[in-house]
Amino acid sequence: MMSETKRQPAFKGLKATGPMGENLSLLAMLALLVVVFSIASPRFLTGANLGSMGFQMPLLGLLTLAMLAPIVSGGLNLAIVYTANISGLALAWTIMQFGGAEAGIGAFVLGCVLALFVGAIAGAAMGAVVAYVGAHPILVSLAMMIFLRGLGEFLTRGGDISGFPDYMRVLGHGSLWSVPVPLILFAVIAFGWHVLLRRTPHGFSVYMTGSNLKAAEYAGLNAKRTLVLIYTLSGVLCAIAGILMAARFNSVRVGHGEAMLLITVLACFLGGIDPFGGHGRVMPVIIALVILQVLSSGLNLVGANQHLATAVWGLFLIGVMVLRSGQIQRYIGLISGKDK
Amino acid sequence: MTTAPAERFALRLHKVSKAFGGVQALNEVDFEVRAGEVHCLAGENGCGKSTLIKTVTGVHQPESAELIELFGEKIERINPVQAREKGVSVIWQDLALFPHMSVAENIAFDDLVGLRPRSVRYREMITRAGEVLDRLGVRIALSAPLNDLPIAQRQVVAIARALMNDAKLIFMDEPTASLTQSETDRLLDIVRKLSADGVAIVFVSHRLAEVLEIAERVTVVRDGNLVGVYPTDGMTQARLGELMTGHHIENDVAARDLPDAPVVFETRGLSRHGEFEDVSLTIKAGEVLGLTGLIGAGRTELAHVMMGMRKADAGTMLLNGADYHPGSIRHAIRKGLAYVSEDRLALGLLQKQSIEDNTVISVLGKLTAATGLISDTRKAELVRHWIRELGVKIGQPSDAISTLSGGNQQKVVLAKWLATKPRLLILDSPTVGVDVGARAGIFRIVRELAEEGLAILLISDEVTEVMHNSDRILHMADGRIVQNYDPRTISVPQLEERIYA
Repeated sequence: MMSETKRQPAFKGLKATGPMGENLSLLAMLALLVVVFSIASPRFLTGANLGSMGFQMPLLGLLTLAMLAPIVSGGLNLAIVYTANISGLALAWTIMQFGGAEAGIGAFVLGCVLALFVGAIAGAAMGAVVAYVGAHPILVSLAMMIFLRGLGEFLTRGGDISGFPDYMRVLGHGSLWSVPVPLILFAVIAFGWHVLLRRTPHGFSVYMTGSNLKAAEYAGLNAKRTLVLIYTLSGVLCAIAGILMAARFNSVRVGHGEAMLLITVLACFLGGIDPFGGHGRVMPVIIALVILQVLSSGLNLVGANQHLATAVWGLFLIGVMVLRSGQIQRYIGLISGKDK
Repeated sequence: MTTAPAERFALRLHKVSKAFGGVQALNEVDFEVRAGEVHCLAGENGCGKSTLIKTVTGVHQPESAELIELFGEKIERINPVQAREKGVSVIWQDLALFPHMSVAENIAFDDLVGLRPRSVRYREMITRAGEVLDRLGVRIALSAPLNDLPIAQRQVVAIARALMNDAKLIFMDEPTASLTQSETDRLLDIVRKLSADGVAIVFVSHRLAEVLEIAERVTVVRDGNLVGVYPTDGMTQARLGELMTGHHIENDVAARDLPDAPVVFETRGLSRHGEFEDVSLTIKAGEVLGLTGLIGAGRTELAHVMMGMRKADAGTMLLNGADYHPGSIRHAIRKGLAYVSEDRLALGLLQKQSIEDNTVISVLGKLTAATGLISDTRKAELVRHWIRELGVKIGQPSDAISTLSGGNQQKVVLAKWLATKPRLLILDSPTVGVDVGARAGIFRIVRELAEEGLAILLISDEVTEVMHNSDRILHMADGRIVQNYDPRTISVPQLEERIYA
């Protein structure tokens, strides 16, 4: 008994090595990239460059978090970008109703509430179909994506809505103690997302549902409600991304940020999320996002073409997977060596 | 172990050793199988059985071996393909068949590809596959996709595939683990037929009753060491269990009378169309009620209705004397019921998740602090408590549950449910894939729980298990409870006869 109580701290310390190990290898990669780019370009480690990275990353980051939770629950949300667009549209419409550039702060708040509501509805609808109809999340979210795109293009006639009040620029371009406001927003939301997934009973249910829905139900979890809730929250996060997008671009257009969809999936897998659900953490995904941002900004600074950066992202992901599979094979070798 | 020199052997191994890392999986083990013999290889999980099979078939190379002889021919070194060409086949528990291919294609698979590849002649393939099935005396549609067959018939297909390769020595790894009693009987008939044909069979099984029924001799291995080779004549299950585990295992009827105990759960005329009819039963506090009968008798369906997973068409349920209408599993759990599913791999546990998460999954509400967040301290405490209480052997609580043996996994399932503080525990075939020593451990826990006043419904088609662990036994057939037995006034063979008659 005594020895067991004594061993407890050691237990906890060891336990932390799993996810920490994942974080450490990603951080090592990040450090390597930072060193390489700092040598290659004197402008890399300057405030201006770091600031611009801090403004660029949060949008992709929010959408990645919105992608992460459904993947952990055993699904996928392909509608994230168009959910963000439609929510942004709800905000833009409200502001236009109250006089466009002259609209007061009250109109903006009302528009944000409406945007969050629209995002939640889109997410809840997907979650309900996934949970209660049992349709595959890829099909459901693909259908939702096409529906939202069509709806958005019909409402805007394919054009964009612009001319927002000046104070919205603060959200998209302002800094607080020289930290970009979007980055602060992202940090707060990412922390909340981490707490939600790792520390709340609902988050626990998401992981369990993602690894085996039937077994989770047998254990007494409300797996279906869990799915509806997680897609709803994913939709809300998309709406926040939509609001940020409106503030950054000073306009809303359906299709804005379309290219980010698959990058979010990339960031999730780079961050070690299990593509089949049940495993994945917020922190490594954020490090993965920073790595992608560093790659893109760094290549830009050394004068490479922006499209080349995208290609390098792809190569990078393949490289990471090869490295990981090497590890996996070693584990398999160890396990099959035993007589079990 | 003196053997007449004229006697023909399918396989002879002398002093075979194999280590993995620091673990001595086999330590100078002797193993002999006579031609045409049914031989059982017995031992607990991890004792070295699989290593032995893999060494014979060339998957592993032994560290040292005095002699390896196949069909009278001394072997220096062998690989799996050569082993198969010499007539050694292994049917692993997962069968290694192709679910989307037809029965005939599965049987003739090694003719189609692999050993002797050539162009596919379907007519010839079907004729030859049919011949093999005739030899086994079974009828299975040759064109049916394997997917459509019940597991028992897939087993037969795997045997047919081995015979197609002219196997003269077949290892069968837990062939009856997922079969019902009648399917098992049919499989054992096939094994006898093969043996009469001169095919030697090495049978690996946890079910000691069938080991004693089918095998002529049994070789017992424990912790990589040979315990001995014994004729099955005169061997009892209890003795064999002791040899395998090295412990004395109590296997006596332990039924008690509980005249004063209050009734915890009661059903009156409970029915669900097509599944069970007019089921009336009572379970008292501290009582272990055995429910036995063939698979398909409606036992699991009854448990599902009790757990609120399905609705009854007629009849009532009472819990502690009050009306009980569970609307969902969650409702049933809140009311104090717990259900250990018969399918531990797919339903009982989340195989991808950790031991700790599987332990606390049903009591999340007890883990949250005032903030509504899960407290790591409370979680660790709860896990530690139950791991110790049930004697689960684990490495780290954060290890994946799949790293545990069947017996330890089942203990985690019990821990999960006991943490909910149930009043009625339903155990549905709780020892599937659990080895002898661990079974005894699980039933010791069940006994203790009953002593503490928990009502337990034990569903099982293994008659000995029900006999030795129940206070009362109900026999269910075709959806009805047909008879009520006292384990003290009936014997295992008598009860088996009534069930399988």
